Amino acid sequence: MTLLYSEIEEELRSSVRDLLADRCPPAAVLKRVESDPYRGELLNSVYDLDLWKTLAGEIGVAGLLVPEELGGAGATASEAAVVLEELGRAVAPVPFFTSSVLATRALLPTRDALLGELADGRRTAALVVSFTASPYAPSRGASVTVDGGRLSGTVTGVAGADVADVLLVPVDGDLYAVEGASVRVAPSLDLTRPIATVTFDRTQARRVGACDVAAVLRFGAGLLASEQLGVAEWCLDTTLAYVKERHQFARPIGSFQAIKHRLADLWLDVVRARAAARNAASDPSSISVAVAQSWNAGVALHAAEEALQLHGGIGMTWEHPVHLYLKRAKATEIALGTPGDHREALASLVDVPGPE
Amino acid sequence: MNEAEIKERVAAFLAEQDPAGDRLEFLRARFDAGLAWVWFPEGYGGLGAPRELQQVVERELADTPRQLHAGMLAIGLGMAAPTILTFGTEEQKRRFLRPLWTGEEVWCQLFSEPGAGSDLATLATRAVRDGDEWVVDGQKVWTSGAHHSRWAILVARTDPDVPKHRGLTYFICDMQAPGVEVRPLRQITGEAEFNEVFLTGVRLPDDLRLGAVGDGWRVAQTTLMNERVAIGGGPARRGGGMVAPVVEAWREHPELRTHDLHQRLLELWVETEVTRLSGARLREQLSAGQPGPEGSGMKLSFARLNQAVTGFELEFRRDLGYDDWAFRRSESVDFYGRGPGYRYLRAKGNSIEGGTSEILRNIVAERVLGLPSEPRVDKDVPWKDLPR
Repeated sequence: MTLLYSEIEEELRSSVRDLLADRCPPAAVLKRVESDPYRGELLNSVYDLDLWKTLAGEIGVAGLLVPEELGGAGATASEAAVVLEELGRAVAPVPFFTSSVLATRALLPTRDALLGELADGRRTAALVVSFTASPYAPSRGASVTVDGGRLSGTVTGVAGADVADVLLVPVDGDLYAVEGASVRVAPSLDLTRPIATVTFDRTQARRVGACDVAAVLRFGAGLLASEQLGVAEWCLDTTLAYVKERHQFARPIGSFQAIKHRLADLWLDVVRARAAARNAASDPSSISVAVAQSWNAGVALHAAEEALQLHGGIGMTWEHPVHLYLKRAKATEIALGTPGDHREALASLVDVPGPE
Repeated sequence: MNEAEIKERVAAFLAEQDPAGDRLEFLRARFDAGLAWVWFPEGYGGLGAPRELQQVVERELADTPRQLHAGMLAIGLGMAAPTILTFGTEEQKRRFLRPLWTGEEVWCQLFSEPGAGSDLATLATRAVRDGDEWVVDGQKVWTSGAHHSRWAILVARTDPDVPKHRGLTYFICDMQAPGVEVRPLRQITGEAEFNEVFLTGVRLPDDLRLGAVGDGWRVAQTTLMNERVAIGGGPARRGGGMVAPVVEAWREHPELRTHDLHQRLLELWVETEVTRLSGARLREQLSAGQPGPEGSGMKLSFARLNQAVTGFELEFRRDLGYDDWAFRRSESVDFYGRGPGYRYLRAKGNSIEGGTSEILRNIVAERVLGLPSEPRVDKDVPWKDLPR
């Protein structure tokens, strides 16, 4: 087991980063979240499906977790984690995490043929669980029942459902594939990964196989730590560049100790977030995942908050992209278990029990 | 050199040396066999091997004699030795490294002064050349273990007419020389771990100078970087380090647990764990030959965590007592000490010794993050003209 990046991972990182620098700079993402000034609704879908096609098809990120014999690249979670770092850095509006990580991981034990279609990016899927569900409360926000192969009920807060061709719905230990349920996008705190309410009304469904939702969510939570690392890194790097250039009192503001010390502390938090993310990617045990989530969620959020504050007034404006990162960071703090949920889980995992 | 070759060396060494024989003789032979610190060059107690192979040696020789009073040797092993290795003459390396490693000669550090703490380069202890000797006058402070030491690493001012960083020279100081006076300095723990050292007309031969005249600042940087790596080393095992005694007490005393304490302990446990992981990642980087900037941050994390964990422990135990305030000499630097009260008080020093946390943040900000330094008023002024 290593906590370093392999050469293959660094190559993968640089192809993803180059593509995103070219096709998905912050200004382009900001443009995608423009809303109608009078109605407050997004003008377009936030997802950049052309970009996704290139990422999935040409770079091949969609099939990383799928074994070669099922049409994928047969890579490991460590490689998917590196892609997530880069997508986090760009708050890229593509369904990698929802389709290629969560939905794919749910399908893997079934070896269903759909995996091949997800792997080459021809189709995308979403796992219909609330993004607020966790390995410890996997059915939070969901009330779906199955009756004679038809699904009824509602799941709130589903990420990636509005961009999915296929919905994968876990019900009572089984996984069902659905096409054509009602997917209603509500205004979402995270502009670059909106959530939707999915409603089934005696909707025809195909049983795909068994599904351990808690295990899928745990796997996802472990990898989400890498996305959070990417968010934190962008915030730190962007803030460093800004405080070196911004002058007040005839000096770069980055020469004031009040600012330097905050950034040194933030850097230290990010260094530890990198170690925690790498550890959870190479050893997705319950402890590693809970440690990475309880640390990295806070670091990403703190980095975004520091970035906003240290940019001063410009950080508070819609035209500066830092708010996209703040919204992503706050949403992922809540997603797949809050830091407090993960710490509570550690109490029994590492035998630090609470009061009797 | 790889693991198998190292194991062969150890086996060959053990075939010739009887671990049950004289302890000192065994340790000297181990040094001569290159098994003291394998990453040092051959002839100086090492084999020029990758540093991580030292663990192999330690494992293989786990049941053989060790140095006596190992805690007293930290400054020699961690700071003096790498500096002597980098800047020492052939003769100095031959003279000092072996008895330093075997523990026959204990070392201390004469750097800080009452008027030169964070701003070490402003130090005022003078060394004046007199033929083949230097005459040293001044006062040093926070000198851990001076009362046990045979030698010290010393930085003194040799030229007051140039700006402060340029007029310094690095020496090895003979702690038995006439004019060296060691006085204990009592700490908030009640113990005297460190000392004031008064140097009055101390005569040091020129062959105790380490590095060129006027190059003392650069030599001292080597020492200080090694100190921070040593202090910030961190535990290798999950749940180890300062949090271990707290978790143990937590498990033994369910009657003392509260919900508030529980949440805070879990937070400290997580921070301990991510700090440990980042230390492990740093060690991996170093052994893969990718020295990362992460090292500068380890001591900062370590200081913060130790203080938080030890403060937590006292509160959790609801312990209003203290084991013993008797004024006594410490045998060695010890962060764990006798009990929770001692640990709490001793940890306060962690953010001061070896570079305050504030100075370390400046170092991270300037050297790692590339942020501009504060405007300086003392850079191009001769030392003698600085206000003080």
